[in-house]
Amino acid sequence: MSDVQKEYSSIREVSGPIIIVDGVEGVGYSEVVEVTLPDGTKRRGQVLEVDRDVAVIQVFEGTSGTTTEGTSVRFTGHTLKLPVSEDMLGRVFNGMGEPIDDGPDIIPDKEMDINGLPINPSAREYPREFIQTGLSAIDGMNTLVRGQKLPIFSGSGLPHNEIAAQITRQTKVLTGEEFGIVFVAMGITYGEANFFTENFRKSGALEKVVMFLNLADDPAIERIITPRVALTAAEYLAFEKDMHLLVILTDMTNYCEALREISAAREEVPGRRGYPGYMYTDLASIYERAGRIEDREGSITQMPILTMPDDDMNHPIPDLSGYITEGQIIVSRELNRKNIYPPIDVSPSLSRLMKDGIGEGLTREDHDGLQNQLFGAYAKGKEMRDLVAVVGEDALSDLDKQYLHFAEEFESNFIRQKRDEDRSIEETLDLGWKMLGMLPEGELKRIDQEYIEKYYPKEQSE
Amino acid sequence: MIEGKIVKISGPVVVAEGMKGAKMYEVIKVGDTQLIGEIIGLEEDLATMQVYEETAGLKIGEKVIATGRPLSVKLGPGLIKNIYDGVQRPLRVMKDEQGSFILRGVSVKELPEKSWEFVPRVKAGAAVEPGMVLGTVKESEVVEHRILVPPNVSGDLKHIVLKGTYDIEDDIATVKTADGDVGLKMYHAWPVREPRPYAKKHPSTIPLITGQRVLDTFFPIAKGGTAGIPGGFGTGKTVTQHQLAKWADAEIVVYVGCGERGNEMTQVLKEFPELLDPRTGKPITERTVLIANTSNMPVAAREASIYTGVTIAEYFRDMGYNVALMADSTSRWAEALREISGRLEEMPGEAGFPAYLASKLSGFYERSGRVDTLANDTGSLSIIGAVSPPGGDFSEPVTQNTLRVVKVFWALDKKLKDQRHFPSINWLTSYSLYLDEIEDWWKDNVSEKWKMRRDEAMSILQEENELQEIVQLIGPDALPERQRVTLLCAQMIREDFLQQNAFHDVDSFCSENKQVVMLKSILDFYDTALKLIDSGVSVAEIRDMPTVQKIGRLKYVSEKELESYIKGLTDEMYDEYDRLARSYAG
Repeated sequence: MSDVQKEYSSIREVSGPIIIVDGVEGVGYSEVVEVTLPDGTKRRGQVLEVDRDVAVIQVFEGTSGTTTEGTSVRFTGHTLKLPVSEDMLGRVFNGMGEPIDDGPDIIPDKEMDINGLPINPSAREYPREFIQTGLSAIDGMNTLVRGQKLPIFSGSGLPHNEIAAQITRQTKVLTGEEFGIVFVAMGITYGEANFFTENFRKSGALEKVVMFLNLADDPAIERIITPRVALTAAEYLAFEKDMHLLVILTDMTNYCEALREISAAREEVPGRRGYPGYMYTDLASIYERAGRIEDREGSITQMPILTMPDDDMNHPIPDLSGYITEGQIIVSRELNRKNIYPPIDVSPSLSRLMKDGIGEGLTREDHDGLQNQLFGAYAKGKEMRDLVAVVGEDALSDLDKQYLHFAEEFESNFIRQKRDEDRSIEETLDLGWKMLGMLPEGELKRIDQEYIEKYYPKEQSE
Repeated sequence: MIEGKIVKISGPVVVAEGMKGAKMYEVIKVGDTQLIGEIIGLEEDLATMQVYEETAGLKIGEKVIATGRPLSVKLGPGLIKNIYDGVQRPLRVMKDEQGSFILRGVSVKELPEKSWEFVPRVKAGAAVEPGMVLGTVKESEVVEHRILVPPNVSGDLKHIVLKGTYDIEDDIATVKTADGDVGLKMYHAWPVREPRPYAKKHPSTIPLITGQRVLDTFFPIAKGGTAGIPGGFGTGKTVTQHQLAKWADAEIVVYVGCGERGNEMTQVLKEFPELLDPRTGKPITERTVLIANTSNMPVAAREASIYTGVTIAEYFRDMGYNVALMADSTSRWAEALREISGRLEEMPGEAGFPAYLASKLSGFYERSGRVDTLANDTGSLSIIGAVSPPGGDFSEPVTQNTLRVVKVFWALDKKLKDQRHFPSINWLTSYSLYLDEIEDWWKDNVSEKWKMRRDEAMSILQEENELQEIVQLIGPDALPERQRVTLLCAQMIREDFLQQNAFHDVDSFCSENKQVVMLKSILDFYDTALKLIDSGVSVAEIRDMPTVQKIGRLKYVSEKELESYIKGLTDEMYDEYDRLARSYAG
């Protein structure tokens, strides 16, 4: 590494967010560059490719105002680093990790490479500790555990922000430790960001939140590094300062759009729908930064939010995310139309780590059988709903009608809750049993007899 | 030694000049930090390399050094119970030396530096043939590691050590070859991209028993066979692969986690030591080698991980073992090919994958087979690859090219998953081409009627599928009683036989014998029910027979209690039959 940082003004081409510089020497891959525009404005960029003396650079703040003459580029000799410190808690940063509130400068404890390093799979601790979000649709049916990455798949106009905000307000583990929150905004509107800030402020959680904001009118390319910057801060706080962190990333769809923009500007061979072929690997380098590590106290739990274009789960963004994350929470337009909040459709939702995070000593002994039975009964109830549409309700047997009724009640009492209603896991499970009370005891085939005897409501509520 | 200079860097692809004389697929130390790379293209004095580690910070002008050897794995005692990355670096050693995160430019010994008790099998003076067993080492509680003469060495055994404890680096034998004396250690190296030689391939006539009913009974794979499991996310590829790794009756299991989740590998590491192999009674880790190159680890090493895995698997096959290799997921491997190919600016084929995707896939699956080893023993290597089609669409190139080579297709179905039918393997679209080849084995070892019953059950399921279309239109009540019985039995086959709970202590593994007994019970019930219908009994009455419930609980009955449970069930069924039939006869 040379100490002399050379400055070049030999810009050959500017194309979208990319500039190409000629005649460079000793440039490193992924190195940070500083671009100085003719008017003195400084911008940051990163080397995407070097071929002999030609460097391809992506400029995070965009290339408007860049000229082929009069603009200079300085190579800094190092990769992108974030100064980190415990003082970051309670502060607001831009998408590059620079403070944008009026607080004092952050005195860094150290500087960390924003790309992080892959966790050695043999050093991981398997996530098992139950996280209580206070939402029955999640806690009861698709349980979140500490160190998991569980995205919310939503659509435009659906209340995913409200759900995320409620989760951040209510989330706790039963052992009592509290969560710090890293909030990462990518391309969301000022209004949406403000909604979250107000929420944190009202719940008094602001001093435990680190916010990274790249808003809709901020440069799109900056979004490529915003989640990496934020996760670097999270890794520092979790794995060096023993904190438990919940990282909310919203909206991953905007992140992927930025990725596509860069790829197109580089004239790469496009994959599905124009997204680059390496999008899976790229998304994995973000999502896989969740987890627990042996011998370390802290943990990183991720809850990315993504809006599915046209509610299409097969769209590359939700599809590739689903292959990496450990399940998904699906926000349903149909339930939303029925005015059910939170409109979480539990059937296609899934928490892959649930099995090992529930049961005796974690939640409650009957949890597994109960959720299984609720799933089964709800599925059957919905089947009946479809059947009624064809043959009418009169054609149903009494038992079928009970299932039909169950599905209605399940949605409007178990799934639905108030925006400030924080249910404990006990309350959620008891409510589940109350729901099952609408069905004859003989129908409960997925629950062990001993739990039926213990928890099944003795007096039929109907 | 050939030494060059870096002239281009683009992600994992690096080009260096001054490389005249370097060989294709040669391993290269790249840059000042000595990252591991491999040559994948040569043009005049330019060499194009893929680098197995993160290249950020690498600079133009840094030097690269050719090592003169191809990308190889070290094969010897210490493989079992180990967990490696895609280029055979032991992850536990890396953790101990550098902590929880994977650093770059690390050089670690592939095999543990320890001593093993070596028991010679041959005496000095013997003629040495490639692949011959020199002696044995007890590697784990269940694996006897046979120390093999490397496939490229032959001559006369000049010297061999006595029984005793030797360091992994000690010479244990000296062979006089045509080119002079060669010292042999307990391990040797073998290039990963070159299939290990064997004497002869045989047809696959013995099933690989997996303890999974839908696989063993309906869509079996043979020892030495190949199978593909495509499925969208959440359909259960990984659970199925884990089930195979846990319960398959292979002596050695090589599990390759290729571009998948880190927590899944952790789960294997935590869970496998606690599970006992139903055949040996020992923890299943005692026979397992793990390769973990997770999705966030460098993409080029992901490409290599499949080859590292299959070469290790072949090595154990050459010892005369039945080996099963699970690769989860081959799609991530194909994507690594695509990414590298894109960086090389090659002409893309379908969906951006390189045109050589098909030949690479078939080359991989062709390394399977039941063979006579060079030492005249028999071994087998079965390969089971998961495929992750985008959007769950099986028409994409990786799925299609896989189906062209594998002989078993286990189609995971999203609809079944949504109904929480697990394993969600679709019985109408899946197939196995081994059914006829392994029929004799079932006849000789388990049951004469295995194939017959399987075919009968399949035809019931097929009939159900046709009947369902009618039911959708006019409702079940409109069907004749006989057909409603068929629907009932099809439901029993689906729920009581095909569905299997991977997380239930008893149901997780189902022996061949139990599978036969279970299917027989359902089919016997079917016959009985049809007879009852003929004597005027209604479907509702048949549905209410206690036997139906009892068959439903069969899967949770342990092997020990199975016999008496079945006897009770059969007796009860015929009693019920008599009672019902009589009530209508009178």
